[in-house]
Amino acid sequence: MKRFASILLAALMAAVPLTASSCGGNTSISSPRASYTKDLAGTTLNVFNWGEYISDGSEGSLNVNKAFEALTGIHVNYNTFDSNESMYAKLSSGAVSYDVVIPSDYMIERMIREDMLQPLDPAKLTNYDLIDDQYKNLFYDPDNTYSVPYNVGLVGLIYNTTMVEGTPDSWSVMWDEKYADNILTIDNPRDAFGIAQFLVGVDVNSTDKADWDKAAEKLKEQNKVLQGRVMDQVFAKMEGGNAAIAPYYAGDFLTMVGNNPDLAFVYPKEGTNIFVDAACVPKNAANYEAAMMYINFLMEPEVALANAEFICYASPNTAVVNNPDYEYYGEEILYPDPANLPPTEYFHDIDPEIRSYYEKLWEGILLAG
Amino acid sequence: MKNRSFLQRIIGAPYVLWAAIFIVVPLLIVAYYAFTDPAGAFTLDNIRNLTDYGTIFRESIVYSVVATLIALVLAYPFAYVMSRKREKTQQIMMVLVMLPMWMSLLILTYSWMGILERNGIINSLLAKIGVAPLNLIGTPAAVIFGMVYNYIPYMILPIYSVMSKIDPSVLEAAEDLGSGSASKLYRVILPLSMPGVVSGITMVFVPSVSTFYISQKLGDGKILLVGDVIERQIQAQNNYNAGAALSLVLMVLIVLSLALMKLFAGEGDDNLYV
Repeated sequence: MKRFASILLAALMAAVPLTASSCGGNTSISSPRASYTKDLAGTTLNVFNWGEYISDGSEGSLNVNKAFEALTGIHVNYNTFDSNESMYAKLSSGAVSYDVVIPSDYMIERMIREDMLQPLDPAKLTNYDLIDDQYKNLFYDPDNTYSVPYNVGLVGLIYNTTMVEGTPDSWSVMWDEKYADNILTIDNPRDAFGIAQFLVGVDVNSTDKADWDKAAEKLKEQNKVLQGRVMDQVFAKMEGGNAAIAPYYAGDFLTMVGNNPDLAFVYPKEGTNIFVDAACVPKNAANYEAAMMYINFLMEPEVALANAEFICYASPNTAVVNNPDYEYYGEEILYPDPANLPPTEYFHDIDPEIRSYYEKLWEGILLAG
Repeated sequence: MKNRSFLQRIIGAPYVLWAAIFIVVPLLIVAYYAFTDPAGAFTLDNIRNLTDYGTIFRESIVYSVVATLIALVLAYPFAYVMSRKREKTQQIMMVLVMLPMWMSLLILTYSWMGILERNGIINSLLAKIGVAPLNLIGTPAAVIFGMVYNYIPYMILPIYSVMSKIDPSVLEAAEDLGSGSASKLYRVILPLSMPGVVSGITMVFVPSVSTFYISQKLGDGKILLVGDVIERQIQAQNNYNAGAALSLVLMVLIVLSLALMKLFAGEGDDNLYV
């Protein structure tokens, strides 16, 4: 037994450097647009971002954090979260201090309201002119005081053409008994409710409880045809042909279709959710100057391009969008012509009473199914 | 053991300190949150609101009781057979039992998703021999299977450890005194192995009744257990008070069921784990 254990241990130890060496990639950018100093070399910058949401050097891509370290000497301590809510829970507990966080629009709105963010220094953000005007002055940060857009995206319907007849153009296909047990939905109340709200024609940001009740009724009806409620499992489910229909983010569809060409994508006619994820600096940040440098660095054309190609989400950066060498240049799913696009709605921060009301409804839906 | 020597106290001190900091204090914090509102004022509302969760408590208990029973039925004969093998064979079997425990529960469960999926490994194999695909994932059976799979080592190990301590001469004596194999099992082995069974049941039931990961992943987000609700309250709704109230009641239920089981198993057993 002892010998057996030592063999296993040896095998494990051999495997460790292997995984470590697999994330090398490109670790510098050739021609930074802004100037970066080494004044803060040796300090640490704590970054909190979504999982799988930065070019990390795998498959020969640019390792954004390493490139930043090479340029500034600042050590990047990078951590990830899997939902706006869990990010908020961690931050509001006060037990952590991050210098840069990248939440979504409605969460930024909430954090501004709760005085959890601090203003950015426009003089330091010299690359800000690259951000597309349509993503400036949005509802969550009307004067662009607190945030710099990182990625934008839309929710749409992914379907398997071998399993679904014709081209679905409505969210109602997610209730179609023909596809019973082959339908997935997003395991997160705001997105799941959003779909039902578009379908029954009520405002996704309604403050009227009756509107939420109406959507909840609709969602309850869906229980009997649902195969499951998923987040990241959607990749395995759709790529493996395990389910026929799933709503998800347009950028992720591009990843999925690369692995299963039978998949197709549509923006349902009732309308859909549009979102912006943006970089912010929390109130209790310890390294504000480094945070400014990092946010400016994220807007560098080379960095933004690497991120856009790695993450596959739409970029708010004009240097990326207008670059003919960009892998998704003119890609219609990511950058749809507004004329062909159904109405889009941002999720706004919702007043706490309505929030706990729909959370309660959501729990009821889960328990009923 | 009533009069502990000074030395014994010194030896025990580090663990007492450990338990105080990492077990007693967190429990007090849970209790504090359960009986306060977000502003910190005393309230019983969190506990009162739990009436909404009657079904979910019932279901969680049913799932974990079924999983525990299946684990017991599988583990008991295995532990017996294992304890009667040659030393060398016992060691190999022990490694095989422990091997899955060396891997993270998250990885094991994630792998089972791929195996149980509609077009997963099992269904692809079935398709090859012309059998229609089975609905495996997203069913109560998948969740119970996940619990049994992950926690069965905790059933085997305590039963095995008790069984291997049964003196073979006791069994010989039973035979000499005219016990058939059935009566040997019921009148000698079973009573002697009871402490291991009680520990095993505890160690499978407790993690099963409070799991959230297994139900989420193997239940396709459709099967909600108490653990899922607690996770949702803390992570998604940021409602520590409701989450703490649920946890507190879950702990009370666990303690009650353990006490009940001890009653059935008979008192005074020198039980290692309970």
